Amino acid sequence: MGELKNTNAQSAGMHTEQLSGRTQQVFFDVESRENEDRFLYPGAFEVDFDKHGEIDAVDLTAREVNTQIRDLMKDGVGSITIKNPGAKHSFGVGLLNRLNLTFEGSLGYFGCGLNDGPNIRITGRVGWSCGGNMMGGTVVIEKNGGSTFGNAIRGGDLVCKGDVGSRTGIDMKGGTIIVGGRTGAFSGFMMQRGRMIILGDAGMNLGDSMYDGIIYVGGKIAGLGVDAVEGEMSELECAWIERKLEMYGLKAPNGAANLTKIVAGKQLWNYDNLEPAEKKLVL
Amino acid sequence: MCGIAGLIHRGKRSDIGSELSSMLQSLKHRGPDSTGFALYGMPEEGELVMRFKVAEQEDMQRGFKIHDEVKERRALVDQRMLEMGVNKKEEEQVTEYAYRYRFSFDGDIKRLTDYIEDIEGAEILSVGHALELVKDLGDADTVSQQYGLTAFQGTHAIGHTRMATESDVDIRSAHPYWAYPFNDVSVVHNGQLTNYWMFRRAMERRGHRFISNCDSELIAVYLADRMDLGDDLEAAMVRSVDELDGVFTYVVATADRLGMAKDVMAAKPMVLYESDDFVALASEEVAIRSVFPHEIDTYDPYEGEVKVWES
Repeated sequence: MGELKNTNAQSAGMHTEQLSGRTQQVFFDVESRENEDRFLYPGAFEVDFDKHGEIDAVDLTAREVNTQIRDLMKDGVGSITIKNPGAKHSFGVGLLNRLNLTFEGSLGYFGCGLNDGPNIRITGRVGWSCGGNMMGGTVVIEKNGGSTFGNAIRGGDLVCKGDVGSRTGIDMKGGTIIVGGRTGAFSGFMMQRGRMIILGDAGMNLGDSMYDGIIYVGGKIAGLGVDAVEGEMSELECAWIERKLEMYGLKAPNGAANLTKIVAGKQLWNYDNLEPAEKKLVL
Repeated sequence: MCGIAGLIHRGKRSDIGSELSSMLQSLKHRGPDSTGFALYGMPEEGELVMRFKVAEQEDMQRGFKIHDEVKERRALVDQRMLEMGVNKKEEEQVTEYAYRYRFSFDGDIKRLTDYIEDIEGAEILSVGHALELVKDLGDADTVSQQYGLTAFQGTHAIGHTRMATESDVDIRSAHPYWAYPFNDVSVVHNGQLTNYWMFRRAMERRGHRFISNCDSELIAVYLADRMDLGDDLEAAMVRSVDELDGVFTYVVATADRLGMAKDVMAAKPMVLYESDDFVALASEEVAIRSVFPHEIDTYDPYEGEVKVWES
């Protein structure tokens, strides 16, 4: 990260706090045993990944599809395929369970949000707000995504192999967002934790008002937002990025070391420790 | 929140009435108050089509006299058209208060429309060689059935499902808007303009009339005015993204073109499907899927983006 400048505000007594950059994601001990060490949600279903189920969504509503997913998990089915999702909204949400879920087709808005645990693959594209508030697991989209992709995600990996719209990772609080193509304006707006890797171009106001977290960009950046600044890449994070991209069959166009790293400059007013009355004096 | 949709067939005509109707029906959840269609049919040489109404749908529930008044208003429209030298070739009463006239006319369209709209309750929805604009209360299936749109053939169309927010639930405030008095220009819009009154006053000073207080009408008049000043459609749209303030995604159609523009914040949705012979765009992909049920590749246009396609 670049050196913070000593601003007028700091000379006037404002204090800039350096945050640790640690995510809120819980990292489990690999030696733990799932059931005995209780990192399953209460009421989570015991599923077998070798047991397969299928739902044809052509005439079903989101509620019916989501209920049928739950019913299959109740029967111990751990691998479910949804056929003909038809770009309908709110499919595959609120899943707090281990599960392999495949959508053969495209999803509409709010797909795969509020999840913690499932590994989801979507062979088509997704509409706005895919993976919103996701807490864990993976969501991999083979084609394009809409705007507010991964809004407020807290954990897990959310991967779109194509382009996504604007405001990607808005209010992101953890986890990783990976975009194989381009992202639109205001991506990383008010980002608080986590990492975002954009392999293509990024629109204007990238990382506007971000508090923390890191954005890596492979292509051109149309413009940085308020308080977003360029940081320095370390060898460790290059290795992490390469490993992460490899997991999803992606590659940085000119190698991870040539990605542009964007972090919070932490010069905004909310980083000071002044009381409201003191602020009035300074301002 | 409103839903908008558009489609264009390149180099051929198709059942655009039924196609747009199913697209708009699948966007019903975005706005159930009213539905509107701007359909571009196959123009006859030297002929114009005018769609107009002489009352609001809700007016028809107000007493027994309205039924006679509607007839009187229509008779007055006929009389004034005759006075202006209109050569009427076909007339159709679509509902008790809405009509479709086909005619030839060599005079000033603005003078003609002003003279007709001077009649109480009369409002011209569209005039054009190709454009036919239909809008009414209810969802797409209701309006399409009421106006017999399923058999409508043409090259391109735009439509709107309205969630009334800042103006009343009536036909006057429903989209699309015809860009009075310019033939064949129509607009649908999802969003909100924050410098509406500033531009409206400027347009009014230039002699344009507004039939509603809906900001979407301004976009239609603004674009037509820019084209009247010499801009082509794309240049007018690029300028609009710069000059109009607010959050918006709009779709515009002319006699042979379809265009879309998104504001620089990209706050309002739009999904696009584009092939060699067909383009469809809508607020949600589910609308495009209603005419293309199989898997297709779609994408979101970006902030500040303007696109124009030719039929």
